Amino acid sequence: MVEGRSRAAWLPHAVLTAGVLIFAFPIYMALIGSTHDAATIGRGSLPLYPGEWGLENYAQAWTQGSGQRVKASPVARMMFNSFVMAVVIAVGKIAASIISAYAVVFFLFPLRMLFFWMIFITLMLPVEVRMIPTFKVLSDLGMINTFAGLTLPLIASATATLLFRQFFLTVPDELVDAAKIDGAGPLRFFRHVLLPLSKTNMAALFVILFIYGWNQYLWPLLFTTSSGMDTIVIGITKMIGTGDAQTDWNLIMATTMLAMLPPVAVVIFMQRWFVKGLVEAEK
Amino acid sequence: MRRRAVFNNKVLPYVLVTPQLLITLVFFFWPAGQAVYQSFLFQDAFGLRQSFVWFDNFRALIIDPLYLDSAGRTVVFTISVTALSMSFGLLFAAMADRRIRGATGYKTLLIWPYAVAPAVAAVLLLFIFHPSIGLLGRALVRMGVPWDYSLNGPQAMLLVVLASAWKQVSYNFLFFLAGLQSIQRPVIEAAAIDGAGPVRRFWSIMFPLLSPTTFFLLVVNLVYAFFDTFGTIHVLTRGGPGKATETLIYKAYVDGVINLDLGGSSAQSVVLMLIVIALTAIQFRYIERRVHY
Repeated sequence: MVEGRSRAAWLPHAVLTAGVLIFAFPIYMALIGSTHDAATIGRGSLPLYPGEWGLENYAQAWTQGSGQRVKASPVARMMFNSFVMAVVIAVGKIAASIISAYAVVFFLFPLRMLFFWMIFITLMLPVEVRMIPTFKVLSDLGMINTFAGLTLPLIASATATLLFRQFFLTVPDELVDAAKIDGAGPLRFFRHVLLPLSKTNMAALFVILFIYGWNQYLWPLLFTTSSGMDTIVIGITKMIGTGDAQTDWNLIMATTMLAMLPPVAVVIFMQRWFVKGLVEAEK
Repeated sequence: MRRRAVFNNKVLPYVLVTPQLLITLVFFFWPAGQAVYQSFLFQDAFGLRQSFVWFDNFRALIIDPLYLDSAGRTVVFTISVTALSMSFGLLFAAMADRRIRGATGYKTLLIWPYAVAPAVAAVLLLFIFHPSIGLLGRALVRMGVPWDYSLNGPQAMLLVVLASAWKQVSYNFLFFLAGLQSIQRPVIEAAAIDGAGPVRRFWSIMFPLLSPTTFFLLVVNLVYAFFDTFGTIHVLTRGGPGKATETLIYKAYVDGVINLDLGGSSAQSVVLMLIVIALTAIQFRYIERRVHY
């Protein structure tokens, strides 16, 4: 280990610690902000240590959402919306992708390549560039302010299909032959051989897609016209409004902390799958 | 590529692709087609009449000084965000790649910002840089800097860049780290034996070997800065003050959703679509080349 002989062993530690602090500091300030009252923050005299209003702030944000100056739905409601949206998008994408990838890889049928390319090309169209026409399509279909309308446009995913296709191509032909000899049909093969083999891929993908769904911004902003449908990320923006100094920053910060909790927890506690999912989904 | 062993079934494969195909048709092809169609139409101010105007909307775009300004701003913004987040990602990855104590701990503490929504990252930085309530914002004002991003365009741009880059560093870090760790150790040790110091080893050997990762990240970061930063801008500045932080995606939103100029906004969407298609195509060419690498 020649390279480990470095004399400047303190340098990496110093740089990495600085990095960790740069990332942690804004969170720390948000945490501090969520434990003081609005007046302290509004005066511009927020200290660097926690206050004693934490429980009240979180309770008020969770059950009411609104304070003296901000009007919002209860955080519990918005978290529920975000959660449903993230889970439906993640599960929907995985389900739709895995069966279409299965069809494209394990069957030969006319139009197979056409279908594959139709799915593949959607990789090139992020939701942002087709937002307004999509909105019009959904209002034509009468799906405004429904969870279906909120999630369906985000479910089609070329990335997940490509990932499963890639993986299915590595499944040995012998496995298919063996299943056939044993008299297993295509559905049985899918259910008892392919699905168990895909477990890690599905878990990895779920982590990435959950975060993707939870953090959606432009589409929920356009789409949810009733505040009962607001996701938590949109809720925070509405609470902030023009970013006035005299507003219920304590509630906004409590809401911000709560909004970050689920996706950050997912990354930290499912780190192995997260890294796998991220690195493979982007290939 | 195809498999040798396949199932024979006339109906099943169609049933299996139907859900995804249906969603793709209804929510991708139909709206994308609409966007292209709309971009050739002119609608009067009351939305009563439409006429087919060929490329007039596009011609109007490229001679519109506001649009060109926005395009220029987007270039500055995109380059700044990409350069900032990639260089910090690379720096942290290079440091974490050394065999040091607690490398895993550092890794965990550096990747979590990936999970923070761009809009939420903006809220966090807003709370710190707010001129009258933020810790750093107040400190700047006290030091005599006329800091107020809601009035000062360049300051607003700086803050939007910082917030966008802050969130993206962890992504770059993760990919750079994976790239560095896949470099064969003997190559580096050979250089060390030849007397190359850590800095020289990094720039002459490791960085060139990282180039596939760097190129991939470059494209991903460009796309991120183009599209995913909408939330950041919406939270921090709403494109203001004036139009100081109005990037192309934000302008498409303002023109389409707020000013209800459907033709103009659709033309902008089509331009953005072409940019993404170009970027994706570049990326795929590179991936194909990497196979032979």
